[in-house]
Amino acid sequence: MAKAILTFADIGVSVTVPAGTRIIEVSEKVGAGIVYGCRESDCGTCLTEIVTGMENLSIPSPIELATLAEKKAKANMRLACQTLVLGDVTIKPGY
Amino acid sequence: MAVTDRVHWIGAFDPKMRTFDVILKTPNGTTYNAYLVRGSEGVAVIDTVKAETADQFFTRLEAVADYSEIKVIVLNHLEPDHSGALPELMRRAPQATLYISDAAQLMLKALLNNSNIAYTPVTTNDRVSLGDRTLRFLNTPYLHWPDTQCTYLEEEGVLFSGDVFGCHYCDEQLFNDSVGDFRFSFEYYYSHIMRPFKQYVLSALELIEPLQINLIAPTHGPILRDHPRHYVERYRELSTPQLHLEIDHDVKTMLIFYISSYGNTMHMAEAIRDGALEIGGFRISLYDLEGGEVEPFVDLVEDADAILVGSPTINGDAVKPVWDLLSSFAKINVKGKVAGAFGSYGWSGEAVRMVEDRLRGLKMRVPAGGLRIKLIPSDVELEDCRDYGRDIGAFLMGKPRAREIDMSQL
Repeated sequence: MAKAILTFADIGVSVTVPAGTRIIEVSEKVGAGIVYGCRESDCGTCLTEIVTGMENLSIPSPIELATLAEKKAKANMRLACQTLVLGDVTIKPGY
Repeated sequence: MAVTDRVHWIGAFDPKMRTFDVILKTPNGTTYNAYLVRGSEGVAVIDTVKAETADQFFTRLEAVADYSEIKVIVLNHLEPDHSGALPELMRRAPQATLYISDAAQLMLKALLNNSNIAYTPVTTNDRVSLGDRTLRFLNTPYLHWPDTQCTYLEEEGVLFSGDVFGCHYCDEQLFNDSVGDFRFSFEYYYSHIMRPFKQYVLSALELIEPLQINLIAPTHGPILRDHPRHYVERYRELSTPQLHLEIDHDVKTMLIFYISSYGNTMHMAEAIRDGALEIGGFRISLYDLEGGEVEPFVDLVEDADAILVGSPTINGDAVKPVWDLLSSFAKINVKGKVAGAFGSYGWSGEAVRMVEDRLRGLKMRVPAGGLRIKLIPSDVELEDCRDYGRDIGAFLMGKPRAREIDMSQL
């Protein structure tokens, strides 16, 4: 199985995960502390900055894009509850 | 009732109200304040009342103006106690233009289930002219809903403040220099409604304080015509972090709360503190929840940077004093504070995860997974506690310790 490294820049934790793992699930598992609400892409609470590796993420769904637009998210931001890690990525919570 | 030559109170009294919005006690009832402003080229209505008291509102409005004169309707805040009479008012004055904040647009549709109501969104320093009188808008979000704004009548120096500077106090004398002693209600209202939004209060005060204020007309309670600036100053006092008045702004603080059946969770708390002390550079306090009242603790939490909570697991749950503490966090803003959970357990140890979920639900940052230890911590496990304290401490100081984890091992 392909692997990827997800690094939480704010807490200095790098996690080796199977490619295709959702960011929020990794955060929960290692206590990285990304705050979330609905987990359905609706509330925008888990807005996360992608420091590096934007190209190594799953393509955003229309509903995620709509929430990102509503939140006036910058181009390097994604919702942790929706985004799958496909390669090496470094992130920081968006709050 | 005349407030000034050009401003009339057209609100409603609700002396029998005893609980507001489920959580607020109102021993003296409340008022829903609405106002009418007369200019040379038309009339403005500022806020309405709760639907159940609409008859009072329309009777008072009709005593001072004809519906055909109404050119402007302003809703400073769309909560139902202020928007309840809006649909009927717009039906009676269809020529009027409704002014609301940007953030109020979606709420308007959701609250009234009517997408056909026309409105004009406004923001800070937008103005509407009534001929010889001018209304200026101030965008003051989250006081206490996202949509809140204030409206300033420039020529009279009257601030229609919405819920800001208001309180639940019903007295038909209406003015602060005529009503009874409402200090309790003013402070209680602030602590339950505005306190979680202190940062937003301070931002709003930046807009309000430079104004020439002759009178403050809030949406609940007495109209503040005697020493109105006193109430502005009190809001600044109440919203200024108290701890920072005593210690250097840059000194961070960590609070460790615990409660312990047999001393095991207490020993964990002490070891976590010892580990955090090794990192240093911040102040640490250790509190036994069994020996304290929740309310003063909440005051401390409001100013703290990190909060750790330790609970044993009893009957598959954290214990009541812990939930009492955590539920009272809703009264303050804890978003973004560093947090963590720990505890000793006998059988299944659900408490730590439950507390952790609550901390995350409060939008606190939980940088390290909660620490659970079965029964009496061994020397090795106490070292784990110290390490947990080092982890949280390092994170608090902005120097997180690098860790590499293989998730397949978790």
